[in-house]
Amino acid sequence: MPTLYDILTLLPELYLVAAVCLILLLDAFMKPAQRPQLHWISIVVLLVAIYLVVAGQPEQTATAFNGMFVRDHVAEILKVFALGLTAVVFVYARPYMIDRKLFGGEFYSLMIFAVLGVMVLVSAGNLVTIYLGLALLSLSSYALVALNRDALLPPEAAIKYFVLSALAGGMLLYGMSMVYGASGMGGTPTLDLAKLHDVMAYTTAPKLLLLGLIFMLVGIGFELGVAPFHMWLPDVYHGAPTPVTTFIGAVSKLAAFGLAWRLLEVGMGDLSRYWQPMLAALATASLVLGNLVAIVQTNFKRMMAYSTISHMGYVLLGLSAATPEGYSAALFYVICYALMSAAAFGVMLVLTRAGFECEEISDFKGLNQKAPWMAFLMLLAMFSLAGVPPLFGFWAKVLVLEAAIHADMLWLAIVGIVAAFIGLYYYLYVIKVMYFDTAEEGAVVEVKADTSLRVVLSVNALALLALGLYWGPLLAWCQRAFGV
Amino acid sequence: MISLAHYIVLGAVLFCIAVAGLFINRKNVIVLLMSIELMLLAVNMNFVAFSRFLGDVSGQVFVFFILTVAAAEAAVGLAILVLLFRTRNTINIADINSMKG
Repeated sequence: MPTLYDILTLLPELYLVAAVCLILLLDAFMKPAQRPQLHWISIVVLLVAIYLVVAGQPEQTATAFNGMFVRDHVAEILKVFALGLTAVVFVYARPYMIDRKLFGGEFYSLMIFAVLGVMVLVSAGNLVTIYLGLALLSLSSYALVALNRDALLPPEAAIKYFVLSALAGGMLLYGMSMVYGASGMGGTPTLDLAKLHDVMAYTTAPKLLLLGLIFMLVGIGFELGVAPFHMWLPDVYHGAPTPVTTFIGAVSKLAAFGLAWRLLEVGMGDLSRYWQPMLAALATASLVLGNLVAIVQTNFKRMMAYSTISHMGYVLLGLSAATPEGYSAALFYVICYALMSAAAFGVMLVLTRAGFECEEISDFKGLNQKAPWMAFLMLLAMFSLAGVPPLFGFWAKVLVLEAAIHADMLWLAIVGIVAAFIGLYYYLYVIKVMYFDTAEEGAVVEVKADTSLRVVLSVNALALLALGLYWGPLLAWCQRAFGV
Repeated sequence: MISLAHYIVLGAVLFCIAVAGLFINRKNVIVLLMSIELMLLAVNMNFVAFSRFLGDVSGQVFVFFILTVAAAEAAVGLAILVLLFRTRNTINIADINSMKG
């Protein structure tokens, strides 16, 4: 039977389940004239959830339901940023959804279900919880990608996402079944991540365990979107409605980091000498492929997809160090990446209108003359993605490279630095198009009049500058979570 | 006597058939959904076999969760398939290629 303690530990998640059910009911029973209120209700729901996560955070790691659910500082940081960025996506999304007649309760409830999946996933203490969180996140994401159901591209993007994600989920589960089996050979079979940590020491079937690890790595690689498991990413980014792309680019990556850290360090930390070189190989492939293929893209969303692939390579750089320093650098990086991509997509969303997606890089031509402030915000996002000092992205890169060097992987750090210089080209190209090209004849630039969107976007992009100058507290928070 | 190894090999064979079905199939999206289902069943086979032979029920509990999620996944997958057919009048995989690059 669940005790009161279990319930209190799970309070933010339980509250979010209740709130999302309420939003579904409100959507069904509200008068059409009142329905726009759902937007603000959903944002308040998320802000209250952030409060519950932070206010109820125990100083020591707390577990509930016999270790199924773990509430530690890593989960706290990931949850705060996942909830916060979802609220930001809501603000960015509203004009876009209204313009395309997609505004409605299903968008808000699916997004909150997805972020609930993220919360369960990053707090998982058991293979079952990991799978359930991941399933909740991905099932909601498939539906979100296909939200604009009468257009040509979204259903195609959704079916590609669905099939490849289900394949990766199957691989992950198959790996889990092998790990479960290996844990029972010579000991008590277990699905608990903390107990799986010691399996290598006693198991009589180490090869089964390693095979399981490899299968699980495929699933993790897919969720992160690292080469060679990246095939879904460009098509999903391209085909999904832009607010959903923003969500997948920002919030899902936080979840993927949580998944990777829980499975690899908490569950399989004893096997780090086996998975370190595998992660290093994946990181190298993503850094090289992501940056090279991004150069030839003409579509901004596809370019951002390949840029994601390369950035996830940097996250793997931190993870493959397999030290608390490396994990905290990777967490710092993934938070930084989520903020940067939200800002870049936010500028795109400000410029779209019904019938004009603003998704080609050439659509940004001469933006500086028409809308200098938006061009400046995009400039900040691009410089930060490229890793130009003193912006946020620079420090994140420095930290993962430092962690890789301290873990005796100098060659990997060199690959990372070379990749950063290649990446500079296509980020600077966007800036060149905005500032030095003149707009095409008859091109109309229309900046959305939505005040909340402009304010939040400005705060988001300026935060990249502010955190670049003053990154100490966030880094200290990340490092404390891993006990550095 | 059927041993644990027999079940694991059966699970592996089913899993390989499913993955081959996903990659070799070039005709029909419904076959993809069937392959995904088969893959999850192969995993279930593994879990139940381990659970039975190692004398621990948690593997069988996991199977119930996988079955439930698989049902939900099939529902979402079929819904997307209906959308796909409505927008293009085909579910042939070779025709689903409007995005490249």
